[in-house]
Amino acid sequence: MALAMPNVRETWRGAVLEVTLGATREQGGTRTKTVTVGGETALPFAHFEGAMPHRPVVAVEVMDRMPDEWPPPLLDAWGDVLGDPAAWAAKAEELGAGLIYLILDSAHPERGDTGPDQARAVVRAVLDATGLPLMIIGPGQAEKDNEVLVAAAEEAAGERIALGNCEDKNYRTIVAAALASDHLVVACTPIDVNLAKQLNVLITDMRLDLDRIVMDPTTGALGYGIEYTYSVMERLRIAALSGDNVLQLPMVVTAGYEAWRAKETRTDEGVPSGWGDWERRAVLWEANTATTLLQSGADIVTMRHPRAIVLIERAIDELMEPPS
Amino acid sequence: MALSGLAIYKLLPKTNCKECGFPTCLAFAMKLAALQVDLADCPYVSDEAKQQLAGASAPPIRLITVGNEHRKIEVGNETVMYRHEKTFYHQPGFFYRLDAGLDDEAFRERLQAIVGYEVERVGQELAPEGVALADGDVSADVYAKRAKQASAAGALVILLTTDPDEADAACAEMGGSKPLIYAATPDNWEQMAAVAAKHDVPLAVRGSGDLDELAELAKQIAGKGAEDLVLDPGTRGWAATLEDLTRARRAAIRKGFRALGYPVITFPGEGANGPEEEALLAAQHVAKYAGFVVMDHFDPAALYTLLTLRQNIYTDPQKPIQVSPGLYPVGDPTPESPLLVTTNFSLTYFSVAGEVEGSGIPAWLLIADAEGMSVLTAWAAGKFDADSIAKAVKTMGVLDKVSHRRIVIPGFVATISGELEEELPDWEILVGPRESIGIPGYLKQLTTA
Repeated sequence: MALAMPNVRETWRGAVLEVTLGATREQGGTRTKTVTVGGETALPFAHFEGAMPHRPVVAVEVMDRMPDEWPPPLLDAWGDVLGDPAAWAAKAEELGAGLIYLILDSAHPERGDTGPDQARAVVRAVLDATGLPLMIIGPGQAEKDNEVLVAAAEEAAGERIALGNCEDKNYRTIVAAALASDHLVVACTPIDVNLAKQLNVLITDMRLDLDRIVMDPTTGALGYGIEYTYSVMERLRIAALSGDNVLQLPMVVTAGYEAWRAKETRTDEGVPSGWGDWERRAVLWEANTATTLLQSGADIVTMRHPRAIVLIERAIDELMEPPS
Repeated sequence: MALSGLAIYKLLPKTNCKECGFPTCLAFAMKLAALQVDLADCPYVSDEAKQQLAGASAPPIRLITVGNEHRKIEVGNETVMYRHEKTFYHQPGFFYRLDAGLDDEAFRERLQAIVGYEVERVGQELAPEGVALADGDVSADVYAKRAKQASAAGALVILLTTDPDEADAACAEMGGSKPLIYAATPDNWEQMAAVAAKHDVPLAVRGSGDLDELAELAKQIAGKGAEDLVLDPGTRGWAATLEDLTRARRAAIRKGFRALGYPVITFPGEGANGPEEEALLAAQHVAKYAGFVVMDHFDPAALYTLLTLRQNIYTDPQKPIQVSPGLYPVGDPTPESPLLVTTNFSLTYFSVAGEVEGSGIPAWLLIADAEGMSVLTAWAAGKFDADSIAKAVKTMGVLDKVSHRRIVIPGFVATISGELEEELPDWEILVGPRESIGIPGYLKQLTTA
């Protein structure tokens, strides 16, 4: 008599909301397509016990300034388009990006201190150069974030942009801008389930619909805290699937940004021989940061290196194929 | 069915003979309750007690050992699906396929590349475990010699053969270091089980995509006296291995399904196109339940990412690697050398200390007690602030060793400079770089100004 293994299918009570970025002409925008993420009714890629209606999406980083501090493997891979956000975004779209993650970094007081006019110009240029939906992120300093994101939101009215980052200490102005121009927001919290929940509540208290929020739980790169992010994401996703409504949102991880802060990607001087070839190591450092966090529920992964982007798209292709 | 430590204790001999390796029967009982030991370790437990405890006390996933007391890997004894529930206990072994049919020089070169690889990260030595010896159409004799050669070079060995005679010959040459035989199949299982039982070595069981069939086969094999099993569900693709490894682990852990209560072996090279995809699929296997990972392409760049990921995922969430707070000299600092302060998260310490060392400029590194958290995490949690830094300065011998009164704080906590000035009125607070990689440049500027 054949031994039958027990049924171990999970039956979850809840599901992740579907969140849509971008608006086409019919919808009041100018994007060539929209991108929807979320909607999962089971753990990541668990096709045997639920549905994953939308594949995770690669968002390619575009900055509004020349990233001189990027290491050679990254500078060489992109070439001339760096420093020209429109060309950069167009090239990213060519490479197969699903979203553009535009960082208004020149607005940072220490990296240009540009203002709303620059922000408007960049956003306009990028919107004209690509048909992909956008996420637009401020320089990471509260006053400047508010200043430039308000301008960006107005410039991109109707395009259903995700504006980021909202944090517990600074979210009101960004949420108001999203409300005024029909956008979404990114809610960023420091690797903590309760803080994530709290921020989502604060944001929806301002009357922004829950399905206009994408959660950024803060990413630690491989070797630099990835396991903290991995575990908080598993907990967030399990909470969502268990019925905690306020956490039923897609998640974004900033794999590109974090991986390229690591010494392993930035330098080859005086490193142990066991580290191997610099470019391959750097690409795989980014790709394995991203691939691990896909397993913990990343719906949007921000990436930098073209080769890493290709690898992650392949991984997503494979993982989205239910076993026959 | 989970029994409490006390309930189990009542069924034990209570003689505290220590032959199980624990000082008291109560200690052994607590371990049994946590599913961390096997009842078989107690030589004196009564048959009646065995009946009552069987099933309830054995670890849901059997602990499998490859190697011997000098060098080994232990895999299994997992109790949770998610590391945040408790922790993952035994990290997977990394093995590289090595063809026994290679000529002498090629074989030696590849073997040496694998056994010679070692890298250090946050104070731990990381290395692959060994080789998976493919039989490359050589005779059993040659295969056995290659197995011996690999073992003698320091590799742990997986014997990739479905020929029981070949496996038998190779096991005999292993000199007391247990290999893993891969594999028993529906065609050869009786003979393979006999070989595994004869040499007392673990045996992998290969299925063909059906977990019910695999469970049946594993049960038959265990019934033949080969009880140390490793499972290969037979699937290779990304989604398929995720599903099979997840279901098998759930069956073992949540349902006590003994027939699948064994570690799993994966072959990411067979499920991916090319070396880089293999590295990504291997990463998935590290995070998602593999016990043995056999790779085809040996590339230090890829291996280093996987060793790091393994170290990260298998860190106990309750015990992030910490260093003891205190004042650490880096290089050979004098009382005039710079003083930097940071947290006692091991990665932070090793990053900062490493950069200071690399700068060639000796300095004092004051490690404050931030409960093992990184700079940003500790600051966000209120565990690394003006108070804790001031306390560290006053209590860790800084005033004796350092003659100046300038302290460099990490760039990411620049906002506390004002408060710190108030806590340390005689001190000048300097704001260092945000990333440790900026330290050499910063120190150069500081000491030449």
